[in-house]
Amino acid sequence: MAVEAAAPRRSAGRRLAGLFYGRPRLQVGTLLAGPVGWLVIGYIGSLIVLLVTAFWSVDALSGEVVQEFSLENFEALWNEPVYRDIVGRTVGVAAAVTVTDALLAFPIAFYMAKIASNRGKAILVVAILLPLWSSYLVKVLAWRTMLSDGGIINWALEPFGLNGPGYGIVAVWLVMSYLWLPYMILPIYAGLERIPDSLISASEDLGAHPFTTFRRVILPLAFPAVVAGSIFTFSLTLGDYITPRLVSSDQFIGNVIFNSIVNDQPFAAALALVPIVVMIAYLLVARKLGAFEHV
Amino acid sequence: MRRHAHPARAAWLVLAGLVVFMLVLAGCGGGDDDSDSTGGGGGEALQQLGKGEGQVNLISWAGYVEPGWSKPFEQKTGCKVNNKVAGTSDEMVKLMESGQYDGVSASGNATARLVAADEVSPVNVDLVPNYETVFADLKDQPYNTFDGEPYGIPHGRGANLLMWNDDDVSPPPTSWDVILDPKLAAQHSGKISVYDDPIYIADAAVYLKTHEPDLEIENPYQLNDEQFEAAVNLLKEQAPNVGEYWSEAEKQISAFANGDAQVGTTWQYQYFALLEEEEPVAASPASQGFLPKEGATGWSDTWMISNKAKHPNCMYEWMNWIIEPKVNAEVAEWFGEAPAQSLACDETENPDFCADYHADNPAFWKRVYYWETPLADCGDGSGDCKDYNEWIKAWTAIKG
Repeated sequence: MAVEAAAPRRSAGRRLAGLFYGRPRLQVGTLLAGPVGWLVIGYIGSLIVLLVTAFWSVDALSGEVVQEFSLENFEALWNEPVYRDIVGRTVGVAAAVTVTDALLAFPIAFYMAKIASNRGKAILVVAILLPLWSSYLVKVLAWRTMLSDGGIINWALEPFGLNGPGYGIVAVWLVMSYLWLPYMILPIYAGLERIPDSLISASEDLGAHPFTTFRRVILPLAFPAVVAGSIFTFSLTLGDYITPRLVSSDQFIGNVIFNSIVNDQPFAAALALVPIVVMIAYLLVARKLGAFEHV
Repeated sequence: MRRHAHPARAAWLVLAGLVVFMLVLAGCGGGDDDSDSTGGGGGEALQQLGKGEGQVNLISWAGYVEPGWSKPFEQKTGCKVNNKVAGTSDEMVKLMESGQYDGVSASGNATARLVAADEVSPVNVDLVPNYETVFADLKDQPYNTFDGEPYGIPHGRGANLLMWNDDDVSPPPTSWDVILDPKLAAQHSGKISVYDDPIYIADAAVYLKTHEPDLEIENPYQLNDEQFEAAVNLLKEQAPNVGEYWSEAEKQISAFANGDAQVGTTWQYQYFALLEEEEPVAASPASQGFLPKEGATGWSDTWMISNKAKHPNCMYEWMNWIIEPKVNAEVAEWFGEAPAQSLACDETENPDFCADYHADNPAFWKRVYYWETPLADCGDGSGDCKDYNEWIKAWTAIKG
């Protein structure tokens, strides 16, 4: 550009460069302005709008949003037993899915991190990532077919005189556990990878039983990773509304939000605060358990 | 600058600041109240058809605007069709409120809301030549005519049928009691298939109209406290026996095909689709007038024109086109509903189509209660009814 031509007089570009010279804070600030602005406006800003909307209400006659402060929505949430049931059901399934995934994921991740050869490791990572490449909807619909009355699960259990779970809350738990498992395996795998083998050898050399080694050495070191994974499984389950709709008739928080979003946005917003509050409580408990200390 | 402020304390301060900010915002929002919402009936009907504006923006149900008949329309009129598919009546109302669309294929549970919200104009039917041969029992209906003025062009209609699996349900039921009477429903516990929408409360009201005459239900969509409570309680008793609430037609088809459902409420579309797959399903026979003895709910869709339409001439062209006999026949067969155009029956690919769907059988439709919008003033200002928001909340409570 005009940089060379304007050599005697400082060009705009050079003056701009000069402005930044020796001012590291300004440099960093300018660099981060874009992403931080995106974060503040796109994420925190929309959250604030959501919070504000939750205190508004809808005029029954016209269906228009009335922008006046009221606690109506929260009173309805608190007073109607059905919403307590729905919140309890959603959080319960989220907890069950998280525990299930943690129990399934730990041995797999441990094998990948500590036992498998490099080649085996690579194959396993691909195997875990592969399901993530196919559409979420296809996977849920496949489960719907498998769980149906004449589906493969009932067919396989029939010789033993058993019956599959059918559609319902058990089906939701099964499908969600399947869907979110990779999100649990990968953080635990990464966490276990970082534990030096020498620590395990040292524990053995000092005469610890393998179980003691696991309990006193591996688990405490891998715990933050388990919590990281559980944040994924827990929050993904809290927010999902398509799986419950397809493999059960049970309502989850997301279903009620979906049903009220068109006619009563303020109520939907109030309801959307529930998972946020639950997640904050969850993170506070996780911190109490020391999940973030080694990160 | 204090660089070593306690991080936790700083975080709490930020949080407290955000909370205060949000409360202030919530409290102060009351000023800009621009609701002139109570006025019904808006705008003047178009008096004279002019030249097309080159395009038209539509909101429609899936399957109502397909290339099969929208492309020929574009070639004929020069109006390019921009279509937005909506999944529910609620969504259609929201989209119309944006003012960016010229018209919508509204069901009866949206039309009154659109008129009340002053979003649509009356239609000058003289400018729609094909209107004349529309089935007479679709004209001047409470869901498409307001204050004596037609507000739309009928598109097609359907009834919500009782369907059952012949292998599992015998004798063939003649009443909705098979899924609504708690004792009878218990025999099919876990295998009952019910439409997942607040408007289903009206199905319970249709049932109660016959079985609980003391409630004095007139219109199943305009229910007072007592009637509403009775209908909701009936559905709460039904809920434990319901295997699945369906919202997508495909979901119900798979449930009946796989044996997850034995009996339930359906549309003609699913019924004929399952028959085509040779599933042993049945619906009320001709001897019963094709409906259970109480009658049934149903829908009748209407093309309405926005009072902010930027392409009114193209919209009128479209309203005339969609009830062109050949086009209306195509749409009806594609979607699986009865055509609104009486001449369409000569144009259907399946010669029995109109007979199958009872298009020209007024006795059938007399027993169908078309979807309407539940309104607080009962629609005619006569009383104190439950509005649609209460229907939505009740529906959540019914499903539990």
